[in-house]
Amino acid sequence: MIEESLTVANAPTAAAAPPAAREIGKVRGRNVNVFYGEKQALFDVNLDIERNQVTSLIGPSGCGKSTFLRCINRMNDTIPICRVTGEILLDGEDIYNPDIDVVELRARVGMVFQKPNPFPKSIFENVAYGPRIHGMAQDKNELEEIVISSIRRAGLWAEVKDRLAEPGTSLSGGQQQRLCIARAIATKPEVLLMDEPCSALDPIATAVIEELIDELRENFTIVIVTHSMQQAARVSQKTAFFHLGKLIEEGGTEDIFTNPKHKQTQDYITGRIG
Amino acid sequence: MAHNEHIVSSYEDELTNLQSAISEMGGMVEQSITESVTALLRLDHTRAQEVRAFDKRVDEMQQRINDMAVSIIARRQPMAADLRMVVTSIQVANDLERTGDMAKQLAKRALQIESLSLAPKFYNGVKHMADLVARQLKAALDAYAGRNAEAAVDVCNRDNEVDAMHTSLFRELLTYMMEDPRNITQCTHLLFCTKSLERVGDHATNVAEAAYYLQTGRHLSADELLRQHS
Amino acid sequence: MTEQTVTTAIHSVHTSGAARGRLRKRYRAERIFKLLGQLAILVSVAFLVTLLSTIVWKGLPAFTYNFASIPFDLSAVDTSNLAKADYDAVVREGIRARFPDVTSRSDRKLLGSLLSSGAPIILREQVLAHPADLDRADAFSVPISDYADLYLKGQITASTWEDGGVAATVGSDGETITLTASEVRFGPVLATIARRLESEAVATRSRLAGALRSQERMTAELAGLNAQIAAGPAAADRVWIDAGVARLTTALAALATQIADLEAAATELEARAVSAKDGESLTPADPSLLIYAGDAAIKVEALTPTTASGVLLHGGVPTDLSGWRMRLIDVSEANRKLSDREIVWTDQLVAEGYVKAGFNWIFATRGASREPEMAGVLGALVGSILTLVVTLGLSFPIGVGAAVYLEEFAPKNRWTTFIEVNINNLAAVPSIVFGLLGLAVFLNFFGLDRSAPYVGGMVLALMTLPIIIIASRAALRAVPPSIREAAFGIGASPLQTVMHHVLPLAMPGIMTGTIIGMAHALGETAPLLMIGMVAFVVDIPGGFADPATLLPVQIFMWADFPEPAFEQRTSAAILVLLGFLVAMNALAVILRKQFERRW
Repeated sequence: MIEESLTVANAPTAAAAPPAAREIGKVRGRNVNVFYGEKQALFDVNLDIERNQVTSLIGPSGCGKSTFLRCINRMNDTIPICRVTGEILLDGEDIYNPDIDVVELRARVGMVFQKPNPFPKSIFENVAYGPRIHGMAQDKNELEEIVISSIRRAGLWAEVKDRLAEPGTSLSGGQQQRLCIARAIATKPEVLLMDEPCSALDPIATAVIEELIDELRENFTIVIVTHSMQQAARVSQKTAFFHLGKLIEEGGTEDIFTNPKHKQTQDYITGRIG
Repeated sequence: MAHNEHIVSSYEDELTNLQSAISEMGGMVEQSITESVTALLRLDHTRAQEVRAFDKRVDEMQQRINDMAVSIIARRQPMAADLRMVVTSIQVANDLERTGDMAKQLAKRALQIESLSLAPKFYNGVKHMADLVARQLKAALDAYAGRNAEAAVDVCNRDNEVDAMHTSLFRELLTYMMEDPRNITQCTHLLFCTKSLERVGDHATNVAEAAYYLQTGRHLSADELLRQHS
Repeated sequence: MTEQTVTTAIHSVHTSGAARGRLRKRYRAERIFKLLGQLAILVSVAFLVTLLSTIVWKGLPAFTYNFASIPFDLSAVDTSNLAKADYDAVVREGIRARFPDVTSRSDRKLLGSLLSSGAPIILREQVLAHPADLDRADAFSVPISDYADLYLKGQITASTWEDGGVAATVGSDGETITLTASEVRFGPVLATIARRLESEAVATRSRLAGALRSQERMTAELAGLNAQIAAGPAAADRVWIDAGVARLTTALAALATQIADLEAAATELEARAVSAKDGESLTPADPSLLIYAGDAAIKVEALTPTTASGVLLHGGVPTDLSGWRMRLIDVSEANRKLSDREIVWTDQLVAEGYVKAGFNWIFATRGASREPEMAGVLGALVGSILTLVVTLGLSFPIGVGAAVYLEEFAPKNRWTTFIEVNINNLAAVPSIVFGLLGLAVFLNFFGLDRSAPYVGGMVLALMTLPIIIIASRAALRAVPPSIREAAFGIGASPLQTVMHHVLPLAMPGIMTGTIIGMAHALGETAPLLMIGMVAFVVDIPGGFADPATLLPVQIFMWADFPEPAFEQRTSAAILVLLGFLVAMNALAVILRKQFERRW
């Protein structure tokens, strides 16, 4: 709930060497341990997220996949009893370094949540809010450009182009989720985190979002947590299987789903009790 | 590897049923081969007719297995080993059906050979080959059912023997034909029969490869064969 | 169990007779609950309707007043010094000019009280405001006296009019005028008088009976004492026995006289009651009978079945009696504050068009006054507004800010829990304690102005703060955490999250809490009494530091005053207070709708 500082957006981060080109958009987790008070939720997780790919995190409930996801944009900071050790490198620099401004980090790492949560504002305002607070537009026209391109990218333009002033909450579930995606990509992040984005949607809306994820893959690194293995199989190139806080197996999606190496993985994806 | 029960028991049942169907079809086809060979060597027309009629059931079996497999894929979205099992079962059923057709061919031959009996020196070699091929088929099916990768590799290796035996039998029958023109009819028939048997051997090898793939998720490569052989 | 019996058993769980019985019971309980709810609403509405209708019934008359626009002679006024002219004289002359027949000193004094005692003040204000209208005859209007106004509104008495009906003649002997009707006409009035005499006789008789009983008791006592004397008591006893005897003897003597008087009075009254039908005189204790003929109004003092004689209240001796009328004024002159003469004069002024009812602008524009007709509600209204502005201006930002901090930023530890508990307790503290606090700290320690709206505002702000904080916290808590998460996820800082997202969503709830607090503060009297806002403030307060009073305090004060006109004004002030409250609520509802619509 509390942040350590009420820093204004655009506060300068610690001066660092520009990241190597191949590191841009790449997330590396090194020996990540997460504690909720006394209880440990993640045990020594080492996972690389490749750039411009979709990586899916799968596993039974309570296995730590959402916890790991929320570490990447430091959303766990909002929980007072949560403690994170280890490193998570974005573009080669550790985001848990005290010099990193968490507000700026969240402009670079966007997040889409399980239940669509557009702001109770107009559609335009929803998408414009991020760029506005991060000072990304010099004038109204630029802002409008950013908003419209984000909405286009999210595949929502045709449906909302003549009702940008209507409240975001007047859209259907699937549209709202796409609005949330548009909102997240409006800040031009490098990484897009998605926490079960389709679990509240019907199959058609889900398919639309999966198509969208496929298109977004070209420009963003995407990490998606999902309960549906079929979705993970459809949508991702790399899959990581978590169980009881440990990373059991990770690899190419095809390999994991046709020929996993670990029995636990096999049992989980075929639906057998461990 | 030993696998646990599926959480959804009806899914588990379906997979088990599919496996049983393959085994059943395998048994049927093994029996067909044995019977057809016997019919051929003894020129038993009744038996031959029975084998020919039996083939219809084998075909039905293949269709049934196909339908079961498609149904499981549509409704259960099987993954990993289950997926491999379902996909290979289609392949194996196909191979078994072709094997059944071979048995039918043999039975047809038996009906076409117009004589009262075959000379032992002719059919010994064929009998030998038939035994070998029958053993291959059984071993392959056992390897498939038992998910035994090593046994599957063995079967694939021993295919060389089958090929070798086919070649030697070919030469032998040719010799007999050159010796005495009166043997030509019978030996020609027997030539075709050995060809059919060799094809059965190939199908058995296919089944063994499927067994290997099912167990390991990999395709049997030349290196793998070599390693086993040495 | 076979499958059949199993399914039957399952089926019968919900369809058996017992199950249906249970269902019926549940429905009955539902119906009873609904009925109770409706009953509760009905009772509440009944109370509300009764309350409101009583207040409106009593208060509405105060919003109109009768004003006299008689021509005032302002020719003698010095135009260069309008403020200092003698408006008392102008008003006096003005009213006297309307009734030139009134000559005697006492009558003239009575005439003067027909207009409000504040009429000169009003006239002066109007002249100063419109000096150019000095020459116009009917430019200025002044209020009539409060009793005259009450009479015109029917609050003093009702009266019954009757046509004379029969032919009559009139005769005068200088002082008394007698009207003789051709037939028996005054029977009913005489009957009324007879009844009054009878009831008085009955009352006298009962007093007589009481006196007789006392006499009996005292005689018996005396006899007892005498017996004791005869028995030969001791010397010490004898002293007080003798004293007792003496006392009783004197008392008995006085009682005897009283009894005799009462007996005589009772007998006389009874005799008069019997004979009243043949003729009686009207006393002030009787309802007044007036006879109107031509332009004359005669007050009847003596009555027989066919004649009525009395004094002329207004006009000359009538000559044409063709349309003569009788008027019986129900409340007797002794029991009302407006004499018959004044009634006739008032009616005359209305008939001549000098007195008209209009909107009571005095009530709406003036401050407090001891005279009901000069008392206005504007002072209290402005005082209330100023005070509430201060209250709102202090409690809203501080309260909402504190709630935001406690809810969003403060760490959850023992201290914050302690603060929360204390805020909750403060909301329950009796308001007079805040008054004491204000008195001790603001007035005594800091020496701030007594009776000033800003001090009252500060005291009320203290009182309202806990309510606003509690309501705001609840509203903030009700904002779904998904909104905060979304805001954080997009990279908003905690302050931006609160200001841009959480607060707007919580605003309707916060506004509700503010309105509750404000309504509470609007009606508070006790704490403000403590800090001295009970002063009798005549001027309309101009700023936050001017002495002022508030609506509830004003109502409280007016409720104490004895004049009946104040009763109307108290109810009217309550209506103003309620109207203010409704206006505030409406404003809050509009603001809420704005917030809800915008987002």
